[in-house]
Amino acid sequence: SSAAMAALRGRALLAPLGARLRAGPRAPLRSAASAPPLYDVVVSGGGMVGSAMAAVLGHDIHFHDKKIALLEAGPRKEYNHMPDSYSNRVSSISPGSATLLSSCGAWDHVCSLRLKPFRRMQVWDACSEAMIVFEKDDLDDMGYIVENDVIMSALTKQLDAVADRVEVFYRSKAVGYTWPLPSHSCDASPWVQVELADGRRLQTKLLIGADGHNSVVRKEAEIKNIEHQYDQSAVVATLHLSEATDNNVAWQRFLPTGPIALLPLSDTASSLVWSTSHDHASELLAMDEESFVDSINSAFWSNINHSDFIDTAGAMFRSAISLLKPSGTAVRQLPPSVAKVDPESRAMFPLGMGHAAEYVQHRVALIGDAAHRVHPLAGQGVNLGFGDIACLAHHLSAAAFNGSDLGSLKHLLKFETERQRHNVSLIAATDVLKRLYSTTLAPLVLLRTWGLQATNALPPVKVRI
Amino acid sequence: QLSLFRFTVKRPFSTSHSSVDSKEMKKFQLLAHKWWDEEGEYAALHSMNDIRVPFIRDTLLSMSSNYHLGNPLSGIKILDVGCGGGLLSEPLGRLGASVTGIDPVEDNIRTADQHKSFDPVLAKRIQYKSSSLEEIVEESMETFDVIVASEVVEHVADLEMFIKCCSQVLKPEGSLFITTINKTQLSYVLGIVVAEKILGIVPEGTHEWEKFVPPEELQRLLESSGFSVKTVNGMLYNPLSGSWSWVESTSLNYAVHAVKSGARAQSHATDTPPETDIQQHSATAGTAG
Repeated sequence: SSAAMAALRGRALLAPLGARLRAGPRAPLRSAASAPPLYDVVVSGGGMVGSAMAAVLGHDIHFHDKKIALLEAGPRKEYNHMPDSYSNRVSSISPGSATLLSSCGAWDHVCSLRLKPFRRMQVWDACSEAMIVFEKDDLDDMGYIVENDVIMSALTKQLDAVADRVEVFYRSKAVGYTWPLPSHSCDASPWVQVELADGRRLQTKLLIGADGHNSVVRKEAEIKNIEHQYDQSAVVATLHLSEATDNNVAWQRFLPTGPIALLPLSDTASSLVWSTSHDHASELLAMDEESFVDSINSAFWSNINHSDFIDTAGAMFRSAISLLKPSGTAVRQLPPSVAKVDPESRAMFPLGMGHAAEYVQHRVALIGDAAHRVHPLAGQGVNLGFGDIACLAHHLSAAAFNGSDLGSLKHLLKFETERQRHNVSLIAATDVLKRLYSTTLAPLVLLRTWGLQATNALPPVKVRI
Repeated sequence: QLSLFRFTVKRPFSTSHSSVDSKEMKKFQLLAHKWWDEEGEYAALHSMNDIRVPFIRDTLLSMSSNYHLGNPLSGIKILDVGCGGGLLSEPLGRLGASVTGIDPVEDNIRTADQHKSFDPVLAKRIQYKSSSLEEIVEESMETFDVIVASEVVEHVADLEMFIKCCSQVLKPEGSLFITTINKTQLSYVLGIVVAEKILGIVPEGTHEWEKFVPPEELQRLLESSGFSVKTVNGMLYNPLSGSWSWVESTSLNYAVHAVKSGARAQSHATDTPPETDIQQHSATAGTAG
């Protein structure tokens, strides 16, 4: 019965928190005079997500008198105007992410550099005629295709604007972290100690890990990561279309080897993201430009993977739907054909998925790819990271306005719960889709064919997506 | 009246003429090192910050016209009476206030001093002193803009004297914030039996039901000492979620905001009913040196 009483105690329900307070190597006690500079927040990793985190906090009114540091291993990236050619690393930015970038003033810079809004997304199968079209009823944009360099440049400008609060350390790699003991053991420093490659040291009340899918912060915090390497690589390139067109549609076709996507950059150019086997990816990189362009066109236009059985079954299902719901089948548009590829723009990188078991610990929070890594097929990667930022910044802002200790698990756990709830279902769904579309087995093709057609016909489901 | 106070100052910890109760002091001495364990004995006090800090902050913001971005309480001098390990002093300091925290238990002050020492901003904004309220009255007449006495009045020996001392160290029109526990059957059952003996939310023996203060009694004492009570709010602790919320009923815990009458009584004519005004006049006449 004493166990039952212990179970009733409010404290017992909080007991799992005890495991989040790591007894790491003790931080040596220093006198105030020799102590390394103390920051309220240190963001480790100056990519799009890390830089945006620092910029958003720097523009928060409740952080007006706080000290933030951003650690980036690479050099400063800024453009006043873009080079004529497009970069081959682009992201699909959702309207929600655009709002976040707006909130720290970066979206204006993006618009003045360059971006391409798109109104429609057509996703279809290589093994059947099944197709789903996403389109917004109102005249708003569905999303924007933006080069990663453009986003970085915009964020750099906005970080400059709050330089009195945010100190950016370029060419500064963090090489070691020392975690504090739980706050009630009084005699050692309660802060996280950060050691840089050049020997400099910083202390911080909250460390935010935005250092990518091989996160050092996550590894040093000994946070378990569920990860899986897909046996796929993504091939990226900048393509020129055969003829100028409105080009405000994003195209994605699921081939048995992986999805191929064409993301609009301008009326005459599009960005390629082709996820396929490692071998095929190497072939694509090695072949001459003409063959490469032929492969792309064939991937989008060829019906070689269709089987009569599937085609018939699909057509029957479509007739059934059009009886029940006459508007449930959309007009299939034809993707543009490609004429040329930008020389030097072809590149490949391996794909994998990952999810951290915990996003937070005492004085530590993970955001972006450090917390979760997805397949590009859903175009969600960086948007999940921006969603993490919006949520964490909201909780940190409230904590600052309450005078709370920024590194306290109490509000960090609220961030973790909200984001895990949102992210896990999306990451799982993306993983399932990837596996579902990686096969030519008839039953599974039929399932996804009917599923895609049904989803296309049902407005409520489409809106949710 | 004043000479009695002077006499008292020279006799620290006297149970009959001081607001400090030595038995109460001993209880807190044993737990002095446990203040900052957020999941330990003081977990409920830590989570009380989630409602008492916004209450203090928003009340003060609504009364002032200045706003310093990032430091909403900048320029405000606050006295935290019975500050313990500094659980409430630190958030108030982080919001920009200059805080003086006093507590009769030396070990508490030691813990508080050590905890703030690692943060240079807090180390400058907060000063701790091992002292009772009476001991600082002489040197601190009308010094503070705000006094907070959170979870304290249910431990003091002489509540009337405690309130009079608060009035003395508070500037005219200064604010007094009190959080405490009501004296009801419900507070005996939930506040002592369940909270201390069954769920262990509060260390056993912390509270004595006899010393709990009903809000009507507190209000009476405040108004007879020259305060105008502006707000009384009930508070409720949920042991399952470990969090506090505001409730209608004051049968258990409650918070009070009171304002010391200004030098010119007319400035309060619109807020206070006529009879209170007359009471304040006679109270100030009685204690004026």
